[in-house]
Amino acid sequence: MLEHLVNLSIISSSLRIATPILLASLAGTISERSGVINIGIEGVMLLSAFAAAFGSFFLGAWPGVLVGVMVGGALGLVHAFMSITVRSDQVVNATAVNILAIGLPNIIISRVWKGYYSSTPIVPVVRNLRLELLDRLPVVGKVFGDLNPIVYVAFLLVPAMHVLLFKTRVGLRIRAVGELPIAADTLGVNVPKLRYLSVIASGMLAGLGGAYLSICYQSQFSMGMTEGRGFIGLAAMIFGRWTPVGAMAASILFGLADAFQANAQSAGLPIPAEIMLTLPYVLTLLALIKVAGKRVLGPAAAGQPYVKN
Amino acid sequence: MRGIVKRFPGVLANDDVDLEVTSGEVHCLLGENGAGKTTLMNVLYGLYSRDRGEICVDGSPVEFKGPSDAIRHGIGMVHQHFMLVPVFSVVDNIVLGSEPTRGGFIDRDRARREILALSREYNLPVDLEAQVRDISVGMQQRAEILKLLYRGARIMILDEPTAVLTPKEVDELFKIICALKSSGCTIVFITHKLREVMEFSDRVSVLRRGRRVATLETANTDAAELVKMMVGREVVAHVEKSDRVPGRVVARVDEVTAKNQRQLPALRGLSFQVSEGEIVGIAGVEGNGQNELAEILTGHRKPTSGKVTLQGRDMTGRSPKEFLRAGVAYIPADRLRDGLIAEFALFENTTLGYQDSLPFAKGVRLDQGEERLFCEQIVKEFEIKATSTSVPSGLLSGGNQQKLIIGRELRRDPRLLVAVQPTRGLDVGAIEYVHSQLIRAREEGKAVILISLELNEILSLSDRILVMYEGRIAGEFTSAEASREELGLCMAGGRASQ
Amino acid sequence: MKTQSSFQHRQGIELVVAVLEEPIARSLLALFLALAVVFLVMPVLGANPLGAYSSLFAGAFGSKQAIGETSLAMTPLLISSLGFALAYKCGLFNIGLEGQIQVGAVAAAFVGYSIHGLPSAVHLPLALAASLAAGAIWGLGPAILKARFGIHEVISTIMMNYIAFKLSAYMVSVQGPMKDRLDLMPASPVIESSAKLARIMGGTRLTWGIAIALVAAFLVWFLLSKTRLGYKLRVVGQNHFAAEVGGIRASHYYVIAMMLSAGLGGLAGGVETLGVHYRLLASFSPGYGFDAIAVSLLGGLHPLYIIVSSFIFGALRSGAILMQAKEGMSKDIVQVISTVIIFVMSMADPLGRLIKRRIGLKTNA
Repeated sequence: MLEHLVNLSIISSSLRIATPILLASLAGTISERSGVINIGIEGVMLLSAFAAAFGSFFLGAWPGVLVGVMVGGALGLVHAFMSITVRSDQVVNATAVNILAIGLPNIIISRVWKGYYSSTPIVPVVRNLRLELLDRLPVVGKVFGDLNPIVYVAFLLVPAMHVLLFKTRVGLRIRAVGELPIAADTLGVNVPKLRYLSVIASGMLAGLGGAYLSICYQSQFSMGMTEGRGFIGLAAMIFGRWTPVGAMAASILFGLADAFQANAQSAGLPIPAEIMLTLPYVLTLLALIKVAGKRVLGPAAAGQPYVKN
Repeated sequence: MRGIVKRFPGVLANDDVDLEVTSGEVHCLLGENGAGKTTLMNVLYGLYSRDRGEICVDGSPVEFKGPSDAIRHGIGMVHQHFMLVPVFSVVDNIVLGSEPTRGGFIDRDRARREILALSREYNLPVDLEAQVRDISVGMQQRAEILKLLYRGARIMILDEPTAVLTPKEVDELFKIICALKSSGCTIVFITHKLREVMEFSDRVSVLRRGRRVATLETANTDAAELVKMMVGREVVAHVEKSDRVPGRVVARVDEVTAKNQRQLPALRGLSFQVSEGEIVGIAGVEGNGQNELAEILTGHRKPTSGKVTLQGRDMTGRSPKEFLRAGVAYIPADRLRDGLIAEFALFENTTLGYQDSLPFAKGVRLDQGEERLFCEQIVKEFEIKATSTSVPSGLLSGGNQQKLIIGRELRRDPRLLVAVQPTRGLDVGAIEYVHSQLIRAREEGKAVILISLELNEILSLSDRILVMYEGRIAGEFTSAEASREELGLCMAGGRASQ
Repeated sequence: MKTQSSFQHRQGIELVVAVLEEPIARSLLALFLALAVVFLVMPVLGANPLGAYSSLFAGAFGSKQAIGETSLAMTPLLISSLGFALAYKCGLFNIGLEGQIQVGAVAAAFVGYSIHGLPSAVHLPLALAASLAAGAIWGLGPAILKARFGIHEVISTIMMNYIAFKLSAYMVSVQGPMKDRLDLMPASPVIESSAKLARIMGGTRLTWGIAIALVAAFLVWFLLSKTRLGYKLRVVGQNHFAAEVGGIRASHYYVIAMMLSAGLGGLAGGVETLGVHYRLLASFSPGYGFDAIAVSLLGGLHPLYIIVSSFIFGALRSGAILMQAKEGMSKDIVQVISTVIIFVMSMADPLGRLIKRRIGLKTNA
């Protein structure tokens, strides 16, 4: 039984499961680093997952991914407008998106596909990448040989975002805008523009995460398929101290736990399936407690609209 | 600047103001709080948009859409509250918005080289890699000035630059200003301190209630004339205070140590006492533990060691509620954040702190009739300008807000009144009122602890003055023997000859 | 020089601002916009808007039975919305109502079917109390995380939601301890009749639950506006810094507010279980916990106005069932209406301030 529980395939499963969480936490990170809280990532992921499946059905897998990312970006724009220009409560706005994501897909599905209600039919998927060379290697091959290209994209985004945030001008300004926007403003930095860019990028990342779920990880969209990953991603962001590398580490950890839980079920552990399914959420809570004990704060200006005279 | 008009909701901050600054001079903008000095400079710097008027730089008219335009024209501004990101390093703060790049990435090496060169040339030593939140206020100010120099500013606006400095640091600052002037810069500095105007400026423009009253050559005028222009009438220099012998000890602090928000030591063994009918003024430069002291005395912070006693009762580490019950009233520094609930009506604000006592608390209920009555009494007694007790307290002027808080706290009939920066941001009329209330509290036999960054206030009101430096009492003076020089020495860490 | 048209223009803008600021007008505007948006969007989704809305109306008000269904749907909405509003007044965003409703149902069902031989006057209040307590306990965790560690309650309550769903599914799963052995459905045994909420209106399914909900509304209103505790909760919600200075310990009251709010959520689940389903079903709530947010906001977070807004939403929910049957318009359209309402209500204040700033009036912000 032990070899069912702990084997190399658990690592590749972890990476696959971690990917949407990673994308969600990167989305959260870039948004909050610029000072805008975005708890609507769950809803954006879900709506983008649907959009991607929709796009894939009519246009093919890769165009579907593009549709998902674009929809995510559009939703990011809406959140940006509400939070930055109108300056209404960021949590309330995001919650509205989350609620919309519960109902809107079903309405469209029942209209477009006769007989379907809470999930789409099977759609074309982005196929996994079989890397011939890696496949032959003993250990590495088992782990990396058969992964989806989006998994690679997601993990490559980690160093990309790290470099962006800490080594480029844009990154410095984004971080400044999230810590003390008035300081940046007095130096001629365009605070709203940077925040808009960050939030739209955040939406696009969440959109990619959603697209991954419906046309890479699964092969269709079904109601509520994000299962809270958007929120777990936010917890990973906090756990990872609002850095891309930290987000990656935290996401892998959550992915590992989820993969372990799935393996344990098939390995015949005497714990009921539903109880095991609570593991990711319990773990998230524990992670939050562990982090909070150290009094960690995010970007100082996160959540506060910037008012200019 | 000609005919500048700037309006905010409900306030005409700049009313047709003209200002002319000649190159190479040190020009001072003088006025009391609310006169419109900062607003005018913010308009010049492009941070605020102007409603009317025009600005010319070097003879040609300019249109600043934002600070980056002003920066390009060689104008720089150091604000009263430093615009430094606490978690960034000094170098990152200095280059923000004008970062040098190499191949798409920030070239920090080049930044360091350039800044160090400037630092050496103008004698502005800074630690480039340190995080801003860890460095001293003096170094932060030097970093702010380097920000301007890095961008090639020839016109420098300094807004109340001495507010957070010790007298010695003030002298150093003005050495720097002289150096900048001799290298061809033009300096405009905003202040409300006459002494600085007389000592350091070439010309001074006085603003009052949004209008420019006059512009004079500093050499041709004196403090008294400037004050009259600043305030519009004769100002009483001294506060009338009767001779009193202090009564019993009300509060005692014994060897108290405490940490601040960031777990760094803030109070390092503080001991003093205050008695009935005396005002103890706590002087000191900001950041030497005064805030933490106020919090210890009101229950908002637990000391890590030592004792706090109130009328013989040990109150160390008790909750704010217990301090309130024990008769401690608190006038906090940030009246909008800590003293009032802006969205609530006046009468709901005056109940704050009284919600569990009679006559308001009737079982589980809160008697709104009593609330309103109490509020009306306070409004009347303290001459607060408000149309009714139902208006949100955020709509009152700063002075009236402070009166509301003072009224609420004094009606508690406290044994100890802790007032922190009670006149910050108020105009002279309101300041006089607040001072008279503090004196009145003293006359009524209350113990008053006044924590303030304004030396004049401390000097004129206190019976005894304690100077805080790095979390300890660095010197104790009676009001008779205290002088600005000795106090200044203490505030900067020198030992006073006692 | 002001021309006639610019004067009228300004008058028009001032009218818009006035509507945005006045609580009742603002709610009506939100409702109107939401219904209008959906009306305009329906043809795209292949439904006939007039037909859809008329069957919606008929399904909500068209008969005595319809009104009964509307009021029945209103009941859990009202109770959970009160919970949301109460937490919000204390500065907390309780998005965990859905999970709290679920655990309330678990507790109510358990007490309902496992205790035999009690008179109704004891059994029913006991079951309701159990649901309230279960909800409160479910909110305790996030409350303490916020009070002691400053963890934002949104993430913690949502995690608790998922845990509640999975645990409750387990309870009535094949190996679950609460599964009815004699039934194929994933459900608990039916509760004793002594625990059932009696019908209040003949010919409908409406129970005394509605009375409980209305009493709750009055109690919450009284608490918030007339009591000392309510004052303290509101102060903490508006400005927790000033609260501390006034001797009100914010962390203490976060816990109280959250437990009261979550308790109301649990009660909603209990009332629904004891009055409608009579047993625990794996997931019975069609999103009451999330509707509560829209209902609360639409009611301007005022307990008594929430009675009206929960009635409106109850009408939407029960009417939508008929609408789906007759017009084929999915009842999830209610979710879309919810969203628009939330957007409008949350934008109203800031938008009003924005417009005022542009035209130069004095604001309070």
